[in-house]
Amino acid sequence: MLSRTADHLYWMARYTERAENTVRMLDVSYRMSMLPGVNGDGHADWRAILDISELTDAYARTGRPLSPRDVIEFVLLDRDNLSSVWNCLRAARENAHAVRGKLTSEMWETTNTTWLEIRELTPARLQDMDLGAFFEWVKFRSHLLRGVTVGTMFHDDAFQFARLGTFLERADNTARLLDVKYHALMPAGEDVHNATDYYRWGSLLRSVSAFETYRQVYRDVITPHKVAELLMLNDAMPRSLHACLDEIVDILGQVANSRSCETTRKAGALHASLHYGSMDDIFAVGLHESLEKFLACINKLGDRISNDFLMPVATP
Amino acid sequence: MSEATRTGAKPYDEMHSADGAVRPHYQPYERWLHEMPRELIERKRSEADIAFHRVGITFNVYGAEGGKERLIPFDLLPRIIPGSEWRELERGLAQRVRALNAFLADIYHGQEILRAGRIPADQILDNAQFRPEMKGVKVPGGLYSMIAGIDLVRAAGADGKGEFFVLEDNLRVPSGVSYMLENRKMMMRLFPDLFSRYHVQPVDHYPDLLLETLRAVAPAGVVDPTVVVMTPGAHNSAYFEHSFLAQQMGVELVEGQDMFVQDDVLYMRTTQGPRRVDVIYRRIDDDFLDPLAFRADSMLGVPGLMRAYQAGHVTLANAVGTGVADDKSIYPYVPEMVRFYLGEEPILNNVPTWMLREQDDLAYVLDRLPELVVKEVHGAGGYGMLVGPASTKAEIEDFRQRILAAPEKYIAQPTLSLSTCPTFVEAGIAPRHIDLRPFVLSGGKQIRMVPGGLTRVALKEGSLVVNSSQGGGTKDTWVVD
Repeated sequence: MLSRTADHLYWMARYTERAENTVRMLDVSYRMSMLPGVNGDGHADWRAILDISELTDAYARTGRPLSPRDVIEFVLLDRDNLSSVWNCLRAARENAHAVRGKLTSEMWETTNTTWLEIRELTPARLQDMDLGAFFEWVKFRSHLLRGVTVGTMFHDDAFQFARLGTFLERADNTARLLDVKYHALMPAGEDVHNATDYYRWGSLLRSVSAFETYRQVYRDVITPHKVAELLMLNDAMPRSLHACLDEIVDILGQVANSRSCETTRKAGALHASLHYGSMDDIFAVGLHESLEKFLACINKLGDRISNDFLMPVATP
Repeated sequence: MSEATRTGAKPYDEMHSADGAVRPHYQPYERWLHEMPRELIERKRSEADIAFHRVGITFNVYGAEGGKERLIPFDLLPRIIPGSEWRELERGLAQRVRALNAFLADIYHGQEILRAGRIPADQILDNAQFRPEMKGVKVPGGLYSMIAGIDLVRAAGADGKGEFFVLEDNLRVPSGVSYMLENRKMMMRLFPDLFSRYHVQPVDHYPDLLLETLRAVAPAGVVDPTVVVMTPGAHNSAYFEHSFLAQQMGVELVEGQDMFVQDDVLYMRTTQGPRRVDVIYRRIDDDFLDPLAFRADSMLGVPGLMRAYQAGHVTLANAVGTGVADDKSIYPYVPEMVRFYLGEEPILNNVPTWMLREQDDLAYVLDRLPELVVKEVHGAGGYGMLVGPASTKAEIEDFRQRILAAPEKYIAQPTLSLSTCPTFVEAGIAPRHIDLRPFVLSGGKQIRMVPGGLTRVALKEGSLVVNSSQGGGTKDTWVVD
């Protein structure tokens, strides 16, 4: 298939996934901020949100205070913030529009309708809305597009590139979330044993729809070590790094071309480090260091995928 | 795009004869219409509107609110052509397109017609549409315009009988065929019972014919040619049609940035690596095809494409340089082309045309501006023309000055009494002026077309301008047996 077509499908999926994960993160912080006594001064959580998306500097330049309302507005709707949910959904729709002929009508109508509904949303209108319900809406629009894609699209290469976008973005987003939240939640050397920590770690799990799963897998109290293990190494946990890499390696095997050997190898090596890795090894290196390395690998993998299959990007 | 002229005499009515009786081929329709409650028709109308919007069959209007997408109004009342009439038209169209292709082949090779003195050489060689780059270039089958749109109008003769005239040849990138196909689909969906009363000849196989045509003109020796549709991009006014045709033919819709040339061979970038392209159905003007050969500032083309084309490694449909045959200054010579190349008398007539670069013609036309239609030689889309009877004195005087400044830039024609077809309007059903654009496909030895074409209708009362950019609409066109 045409590289540009694959590129549009890939980015349509990536932007949709990014919007979903952004909202998952906001949702958790928003809920936390409503728990009395749990949140301290509250700033740490909101700062963490900006850190995860590398938006701290951009936010500082707007001169806004670090209040929940301002951060939520900025992350959800800011037209100048290219990572805002509003801009992600716009970009997803633009990518879909460019390859309408390759989408099923359900796919096109889903992404177009999502955009038409959020397009007119202004901060003023957001004030009157039930934020929780709005977060759910964004999440479910993403679920819907993914479901419609799997359920209606011909499972050829075009489909594979859309899936590739989803899992690459998700691997990146989960790693970022874990990295920032882990350190925000865990003051050096302290263990988790009080109610506050229970809620905080519980909320991190909820943000990736893994709270019940955690219970089911560990039948134990929530410990940071196990949370990290679930989100990194458990291949049955659909948002874990391991599960994402399972999919990426599988897809790269299916779409392989004469140039993509090295990309397949790199993805395979990254996959192996999760498949055969242990949390003890990861903590020996340092969780933050490990996640940073993972993010760098994912980033490079994305560039390699673009250069091998899609529209080439300049690599520094 | 064609423009038509304003009515003087009583126009030919496609549905009714002069005595008011319904013509035989419209009678079953008339009976059906009689049985239909008006509210039902109204409901079907809004149903059609909604459906067209949802599918996104829109076009972008240049200059209007920054290229806003608009719907071309669709009229539910079909234009019906008897089979016998169509067969005659078909012969005439095939003859004309055959002659035009022969002319293009000649102009870019031996130039016999110039040496025979049938067309003044400077008319061709100094024409901006003449592409010296094409001189001596061999094209598959000797074909230049594989996809032609010929605009026909019917005017009332003195005897009350209607005669078809060719108003304009479109040999570069004629558009509108997607509306022809969508209009039929819509009519069959809205009024399935109507189709049981008529034997309407089908048109939906057009994409198949088009693909066959394109495959037939692949470079020699290519067994299973790769065909693509090339579009300037999503912001082009006809983008819907480009993506529609690519999808219907099952071929890739490419932009210039998707392709590159290496060693005079054209490739597209695919996820499986570079893939050779053999035939491009290009919906982009010559000027933008290749920044190395034509406009250097074009971001839409492919550097080196022209060299690959000249080397015979890829076929462009239509060929580069076809504009020299559909230019309004060349149009008056087309009947002569038919005689010169085919040794036949033209089956389809031209509208009589005065060329204002001729002193006699100029004087004649300047005396009669209020009665005539004057067109810019290079104008299109109904822009840059004067419709004498519909213009104010000031407008006419203004245009007179423009003609005097550069007479060679204009031609003039009598104001034709364009035929009318009943059309749904606010006040009910009323006659509106129409034209017809059949699409003529030339590939290999054959010339083929689907029966009918696109009927455009001027929705404003009395208006003769059917262009979609000027408020025209479209109708489904039926050829019936």
